[in-house]
Amino acid sequence: MSSPSIHPTTHHQLNKRTSFTQSVRNSLTMAYRGLLKIRRTPEQLFDVTFQPIIFTLMFTYIFGGAISGNVENYLPVIIPGILVQTVITTSIVTGVQLREDMDKGVFDRFKSLPIARIAPLAGALLADTIRYTIATVLTFTMGYIMGYQPDGGLGYVALSGLLVILCSWAISWIFAFFGVIARTASSVQGISMIILFPLTFLSNAFVPVKTMPGWLQWFVNMNPISHLVTAVRDLCNSGTFGWDLTISLIGAAVIVLIFAPLTVRSYMRQT
Amino acid sequence: MGYEHRKKIKAEDTNWAVEAHGLVKTFGDNRAVDGVNLNVRAGSIYGVLGPNGAGKTTAIRMLATLLRPDAGSAQIFGHDVVKEPQIVRQLIGVTGQYASVDESLSATENLIIFSRLLGLGRAEARQKARELLEEFGLTEAAKRPLKHFSGGMRRRLDLAASLIARPPLIFLDEPTTGLDPRTRNQMWDTIRQLVKQGSTVLLTTQYLQEADELADRIAVIDRGRVVAEGTVDELKTSVGSSSLHLRTQHPQDIEEARQTIERVLKVESNVSSIDGKISAPITDADRVTDLLISLREANIHLAELSVQKPTLDEVFLNLTGHGLENHSKQSGEVEEAAV
Ligand SMILES: Nc1ncnc2c1ncn2[C@@H]1O[C@H](COP(=O)(O)OP(=O)(O)OP(=O)(O)O)[C@@H](O)[C@H]1O
Ligand SMILES: [Mg+2]
Repeated sequence: MSSPSIHPTTHHQLNKRTSFTQSVRNSLTMAYRGLLKIRRTPEQLFDVTFQPIIFTLMFTYIFGGAISGNVENYLPVIIPGILVQTVITTSIVTGVQLREDMDKGVFDRFKSLPIARIAPLAGALLADTIRYTIATVLTFTMGYIMGYQPDGGLGYVALSGLLVILCSWAISWIFAFFGVIARTASSVQGISMIILFPLTFLSNAFVPVKTMPGWLQWFVNMNPISHLVTAVRDLCNSGTFGWDLTISLIGAAVIVLIFAPLTVRSYMRQT
Repeated sequence: MGYEHRKKIKAEDTNWAVEAHGLVKTFGDNRAVDGVNLNVRAGSIYGVLGPNGAGKTTAIRMLATLLRPDAGSAQIFGHDVVKEPQIVRQLIGVTGQYASVDESLSATENLIIFSRLLGLGRAEARQKARELLEEFGLTEAAKRPLKHFSGGMRRRLDLAASLIARPPLIFLDEPTTGLDPRTRNQMWDTIRQLVKQGSTVLLTTQYLQEADELADRIAVIDRGRVVAEGTVDELKTSVGSSSLHLRTQHPQDIEEARQTIERVLKVESNVSSIDGKISAPITDADRVTDLLISLREANIHLAELSVQKPTLDEVFLNLTGHGLENHSKQSGEVEEAAV
């Protein structure tokens, strides 16, 4: 054993609460852990690599002719739609992996350390934005290869990518909540799919709303996913933004404000 | 720094590292921990002894703020585990029964992450990880993912991770279960070393021998209740003494050997009908020397000789009126100490 006089971390004083800066620092460390894990097991990036490639190809060539006359004209419609759909679906994995992770012994140690309670959750969610980024870049790249030339220009395309990543991060709090309260990882996957599948498909992501029956139009226009898709289309295709962007951001904020505390509370209650 | 802190604690709050009163935890209608009282003096090793399912892990988890007690209270160095969990966490290190390290990362990465979480800077964390790995003989395996670690290495890393902040109180849940004798002895040395440096250790075990080797005081728990508490010696006397077992080379010597034993040791003896093994309680260990001399003088040749310590099973039988899980094994498996 080394001499006991060199321990920088021993307690000069005992703190009753964790400060905000400590919470941020702890969360960043946990995010670093998430990145290390991704680096160690790159096969878990399989879904974010192949889903954008396959979905973009499939949807564009299947629906392109029927919906927009040809593939060229469909690209400005479908790429933002696919982007939102793919990246948000990716956020389900966050909840599933969180559940798996929490079942492991290492979470006991995190719980026994004097760290911010939110850090293991916030860190995991933060690390997963790397997944969203990969999916985003790949979707746009696929679009570009297939001939998509967004009129908004690169700056607005990047901005729309950021918007989607931000919103997916917000939505991942919902799945994190399921992850914390569910018993098994597969049930998290199940519940999340049931919620997300209708939300992404009952939107304007793939098909113009005008072609739908009236009652469905009502839902699709309400659906926050539709607003996000529209916001992305506006940014990419014309470099404009408006009400849809605002609604998307407000929606994201509301989700985080509701689900982040809820998730942390359930996480702490399990101790 | 650590010492100053410890001294301050001692001065302020007498010298109890752990004070638990009437701890209860129920899972459904299973009272896993059913009114446990524990008092652990700072600077000592305290052993919690009990069979599978006795509630050892559950009790430790409550003391380590990992589980909320349903009733009762517990203080760690005077700080309540329910009301001031964040302070308690600054005073403890926990090595759980099952490895609480990150399987997919390397040993170094694990230690660096825990160090960073405990507030060390980037360089400090790296340095700390290096130190600890060296201390625990893991340097060679430092970069390998834990998946390829042996049970003993994992256990050592787990303990190393609990010592990053040099906490004044360390919980060890079955630190040596599954370790080979050499690794187990190393672990024992490490634990003794920790206490020498001023830490307090609360450990659980299923082995009386381990408690015997390490602990200053022991609590025996069964079905969620403390059924005995005291120093090792107190506990042993309550259970009974060791017993002597011997077998003669020639079956015709059995009767004479038996008479010699009863004459010299002045106790009753038993002969097993299966293998002709003679057993007798040892009340005075010194007399065993006389016995061996007498046997030699009587020209009785021995095939086997052993002294058996009281087993955990006997402790249990004695204290609770029921044995450990495997009643069938009761007579077969005994811890033996060769003479
Ligand atoms: N999370 C839980 N949910 C339900 N029951 C539990 C839970 N944890 C423990 N138990 C039950 O509580 C009792 C005590 O378990 P505990 O793990 O504390 O025993 P133990 O003394 O540590 O045993 P072992 O030596 O096997 O580790 C057991 O009957 C166990 O089944
Ligand atoms: Mg246990």
